[in-house]
Amino acid sequence: MLETLKMYLQLFYVQNALIVGVLIALCSSLLGVTLVLKRFSFIGDGLSHVAFGAMAIAGVLHLNNDMLFVLPFTVLTAVLLLRGGRNARVQGDAAIAMISVGALAIGYLLRSLFPTSSNVSGDVCTSLFGSMSILTLSQTEVWLCTVLSILTVVIFLFFYNKIFAVTFDEDFARASGTKAETYNLLIAIMIAVIIVLAMNLVGSLLISALIIFPAMSAMQVFRSFKGVTICSAVLSVSCALTGMLISILGSTPVGSTIVAVDIAVFLIFVLIARLGRKGR
Amino acid sequence: MSQLICKDLSLGYEGNAVLSGLSFTVDAGDYLCIVGENGSGKSTLMKTILGLQKALGGTIEWGDGLKENEIGYLPQQTLVQRDFPATVWEIVLSGCQSHTGRRPWYSREEKELARQNMARMGITEFTGRCYRQLSGGQQQRVLLARALCATRKILLLDEPVSGLDPKVTAEMYALIESLNREGITIIMVSHDLNAALQYASRVLHVGREIFFGSVEDYRSSAFARRFLVPEGGEEHA
Repeated sequence: MLETLKMYLQLFYVQNALIVGVLIALCSSLLGVTLVLKRFSFIGDGLSHVAFGAMAIAGVLHLNNDMLFVLPFTVLTAVLLLRGGRNARVQGDAAIAMISVGALAIGYLLRSLFPTSSNVSGDVCTSLFGSMSILTLSQTEVWLCTVLSILTVVIFLFFYNKIFAVTFDEDFARASGTKAETYNLLIAIMIAVIIVLAMNLVGSLLISALIIFPAMSAMQVFRSFKGVTICSAVLSVSCALTGMLISILGSTPVGSTIVAVDIAVFLIFVLIARLGRKGR
Repeated sequence: MSQLICKDLSLGYEGNAVLSGLSFTVDAGDYLCIVGENGSGKSTLMKTILGLQKALGGTIEWGDGLKENEIGYLPQQTLVQRDFPATVWEIVLSGCQSHTGRRPWYSREEKELARQNMARMGITEFTGRCYRQLSGGQQQRVLLARALCATRKILLLDEPVSGLDPKVTAEMYALIESLNREGITIIMVSHDLNAALQYASRVLHVGREIFFGSVEDYRSSAFARRFLVPEGGEEHA
């Protein structure tokens, strides 16, 4: 088995996939804590479906690099959702449900009407569940993924204290002069970027899992925001790496394997937290 | 010297005024208690003063060299905070956020300020503890220490004793009183009228009728006679 692994690891596209996968897992885990705590998880879910719809439009328009279209489209939706969340006529969660299901339906409709290949359901399955798309990234996409993930991590680290303040108590932050709207916007944009990136790794239906599971696992055990953030990052990266290696060896779909590993780790952490409480 | 001057304020949501024609001033060192029935617009007034919500009309002015980022605020606890994984230290330090500007980290002075305020609130022993594992009274002290990091001059407290038991409530009031003696202006929203009259120097009663004046005047006013009907025969005079 080790021999097979060695052989695969020497392949250029496998190396690429591992690097990109690890970077995507890293940045998706960082904002997970904020997303869960701010009750933004459903926005993440909605955005991933919007990204699927955007991808279908990109397919219809025959764009060479669909990320360049999907990215701004998703970012724009994130900004609009956040704006509308406050003073919309339709309630926030209902609006998001409508947009996400709508995007999913329109996306599939467009793909069926303007098929880009003979295997429409295969294509759709790929973008919903990721399957092998991480292994077929073009060189430009690899670079784009790498640069964007590093940028996300740097921005997160730079604004870490402000993100904490806005996440813990938005009213206090605003009352004492922090521009909470600006940081909310920044968080929404970062989420959108992460979702578009993560679509390559796990597909649009499974993105939320990548963002939420590591954060939830870390929150079972750790008590400080810093501890939770670091633990969540470590878990996410190791789960992604483990999941990718398993999927290479066992020829299982990448996305769902990673999520399965994430779920297993979450269960283990719930157990650890239970035992820890009993021990005290 | 006036720290806060509100003139002819009207407040509310989407054009529906809850309160209107509200004028009052707060001087340095005052202890103002804002009272009124549920739904009378107390919390809306607080949010408007803090700039979290726009006033429908009228003006709010800060005096005495107070800047927007020099207000300490003790909000009511939110659901999010109840299971938030953060240490006491992380939360108190976040009160210094407004001083940092664009700087992404906290300076040595800011950390020192956080340490001092924790000592002031008697919560130094909880530094590394998780916020969600503290009792209600301890959590309020943590949030008060955070508010003190944001201000040296004025504190706005929104129902600071709601959900606390009588003993802890008394401790909380004593703590707030001692801060007021140190020269910090207190503006407190409360539905606990008796306690308010015991500690405050001025009262703002909001509702269909508005009263603003000293505690003594309030006691002898027709208002107090109507609202101060002692509940269960308890009077704190």
